[in-house]
Amino acid sequence: MSEDAPTPGEESGSTSPQIGIDEWVKRSGERIAGPGGVFGGAVRVAGRTPRILLLAVFIGFACVLPLLTSNGYVIGVDADTLLYVLLAIGLNVAVGWAGLLDLGYIVYYGFGAYLYAELSSAHYNLHWPTWQSVPVVVAFTVLLGFVLALPSRRLRGDYLAIVTLFFLQMFNNFTTNGYTLDWFGAPTESGLTGGPTGINNVDPFRVFGHALTNSPTDYVWAAAAGITVVAILFTFVNRSRTGRAWRALREDPLAAEAMGIPVKWLMLLAVAVGAGVAGYAGAVNGAYYQGVFPDTFMFPLLITIYAMVILGGAGSLGGVIFGAVTVNVLLEVLRTPAHARWIFYAALLIGLLAKLRPWRVLAAVLGGLVAFGVAANQIAGAISAKAVAGPIAVGPTAYTKHGFFATLVRHWMILPGGTYTNADYKPGNYAFVATIALVLALTLVKGWKRWALLVPTLWLAAFAWETDLVNQAPTVRPLFLGVILIVLMVMRPAGLFGQSRVEVV
Amino acid sequence: MAAATPILELRGLNVAFGGLKAVDGLDMHIEEKEIVSLIGPNGAGKTTVLNLITGVATPDSGDILLGGESVLGLAPHKINQKGIARTFQSLRLFLNMTVKENVMAAQYGHTRATIVEQMLQLPRARREEREINAFAEEKLGFFGERLMGYRWNQPAYSLSYANRRRLEIARATATRPRLLLLDEPAAGMNPVETHEIAELIGKLRDEGGYTILLIEHDMHVVETISDRVVALDHGVKIAEGTFEQVATDPRVVEAYLGTKAAATK
Repeated sequence: MSEDAPTPGEESGSTSPQIGIDEWVKRSGERIAGPGGVFGGAVRVAGRTPRILLLAVFIGFACVLPLLTSNGYVIGVDADTLLYVLLAIGLNVAVGWAGLLDLGYIVYYGFGAYLYAELSSAHYNLHWPTWQSVPVVVAFTVLLGFVLALPSRRLRGDYLAIVTLFFLQMFNNFTTNGYTLDWFGAPTESGLTGGPTGINNVDPFRVFGHALTNSPTDYVWAAAAGITVVAILFTFVNRSRTGRAWRALREDPLAAEAMGIPVKWLMLLAVAVGAGVAGYAGAVNGAYYQGVFPDTFMFPLLITIYAMVILGGAGSLGGVIFGAVTVNVLLEVLRTPAHARWIFYAALLIGLLAKLRPWRVLAAVLGGLVAFGVAANQIAGAISAKAVAGPIAVGPTAYTKHGFFATLVRHWMILPGGTYTNADYKPGNYAFVATIALVLALTLVKGWKRWALLVPTLWLAAFAWETDLVNQAPTVRPLFLGVILIVLMVMRPAGLFGQSRVEVV
Repeated sequence: MAAATPILELRGLNVAFGGLKAVDGLDMHIEEKEIVSLIGPNGAGKTTVLNLITGVATPDSGDILLGGESVLGLAPHKINQKGIARTFQSLRLFLNMTVKENVMAAQYGHTRATIVEQMLQLPRARREEREINAFAEEKLGFFGERLMGYRWNQPAYSLSYANRRRLEIARATATRPRLLLLDEPAAGMNPVETHEIAELIGKLRDEGGYTILLIEHDMHVVETISDRVVALDHGVKIAEGTFEQVATDPRVVEAYLGTKAAATK
């Protein structure tokens, strides 16, 4: 009765009219969905479809892909992507559900891979069959999860992150220098872990007497089977008492403990369950590449998996699967300059379409951008023909032949002659630094000045891209990942499919 | 009222934070089905007493007996499972979980299904899930229509302030306690809601069968519902008895209003 009356004091956090508290409550659904637009629409469509159907479509597509194409590279990307999906699902338990910033997650992946390699290879001459080695690997990885989480069970947030990061560094040291350890009668020349060169000639999986030597197709299926099982089991856990307790632990550990929830045990459980998934993924990795190498299990991989989980939305199972697929496919596409160019300009255009309002500003900026580029091209061409004579990069090496899109870019961009022929990347490097300076300047001006400054900034970014970055996949990939995450954190902090969380109302 | 053993007994409880004696030699007892109010000025140590009872803080010396059995040194979740539940002065709901989930999460200690049973949805996991679901609905039904129906599936942060306080009480009762510790349940409420909360606390005791220890600043609430009042100042018990006895005690007046006020008025 009283709360429907417009009483002051109630709803102290909200500044909206107090008459409709029920209306305010009713609108909570909209607020959860967050901003509309492209993302909001995708989230709503995904939300209406039954989860099991989405999973079936995804797994079905991933499994059929190797049959549709004979391109080994595509199938390899398929298998890698599914491995990433497995890892992201595992990381989501600790990070998304229990809210623990676990930076040691890669240890479990690496441990699973190494343990499988020790058990099923010529290293110890054990050659355990898959039905024995994989369960042992998973069980021991879960156990390792408990052991490593035990000393940090009281820690939260940054402190937990630092301690778990220490475990990751320790694991890297251990695997890289493990050739000095001759434990369990390991061969003296390679030791326990094989050192920097890792363990080679690891057995492929053998299922019902049939060896999965048809790599990578067979491992697409091995990973897909793992994802199906794990996704279904985890969905049930998430709906049950443990899932609820994990969320309570994430929301407020002190209140959770006061409500009879053993938070330290649940923290160990979250880490260990996620570790089990990583252990299986590690075994698949070892069998797929028929070898394990210390360089695989290092910090960059951790960042990539975190990027996947954050992009998709920590806490949402479907979201992290989507994030893993998006990030890995994107990173693969960025390897080829001709494809990377499409992504670069598409991302630029989508960003402008999403952010520039009203449409007059959008039209002015886009029109200005085209005019600016064409004018720059004409002026530079008039001064020196060499300034626009440069070839455009379309592949691992630069060609003068190019497609329609590249032709358009040629007439819009200044392409110094020496860029690819003489490997003169100086203009591109200067432009890159200048772009960063301009972006910083953008944050200092307001109103029409900002729109006006946006035009040269974007053009300069494109210049840096065309004359330098497009051909440097190893540099561009992390850069791109960083840009995506920054943009996402500004526009949708909860990730694409994550539920926006309220800290204090 | 005179039961053989009190449900809760504090014996010579001491705790100091650095040089500050937050609770100093506190003896106190609560009988079965009693409503006891703990009052005192800000910083008197009331919430610290609650933290000591629930295991959030550990006393330097003294003992805490629940039904004659010491709960000293137990982890907070163990103490809760033994039958003491609390609410928080500054609300601590699981804000991003739904109303019903908040209450269901609090029954963790009363379910036994292992994680494997949950993964495979074995009979015990499904049965427990049905049971706590029904139990949560029953506990939410305690507040009339306020937390019923469409509100079940709303996130807790979308609730109004008064409803959040109600949800905290519902969540505490869902842990199936014998003793309920309420930390300023009427704080920030308007007079109508305050009155309602006072009635509700009486109902919790009469219909719910809970014993209640209450921290409250609103003297009308304290006056209406308390069987007994304990006044604290600087961690020391300065008065105990009925509301009239405590309210007229010169030491209590002094603690609230100062020496001069006590002398002149």
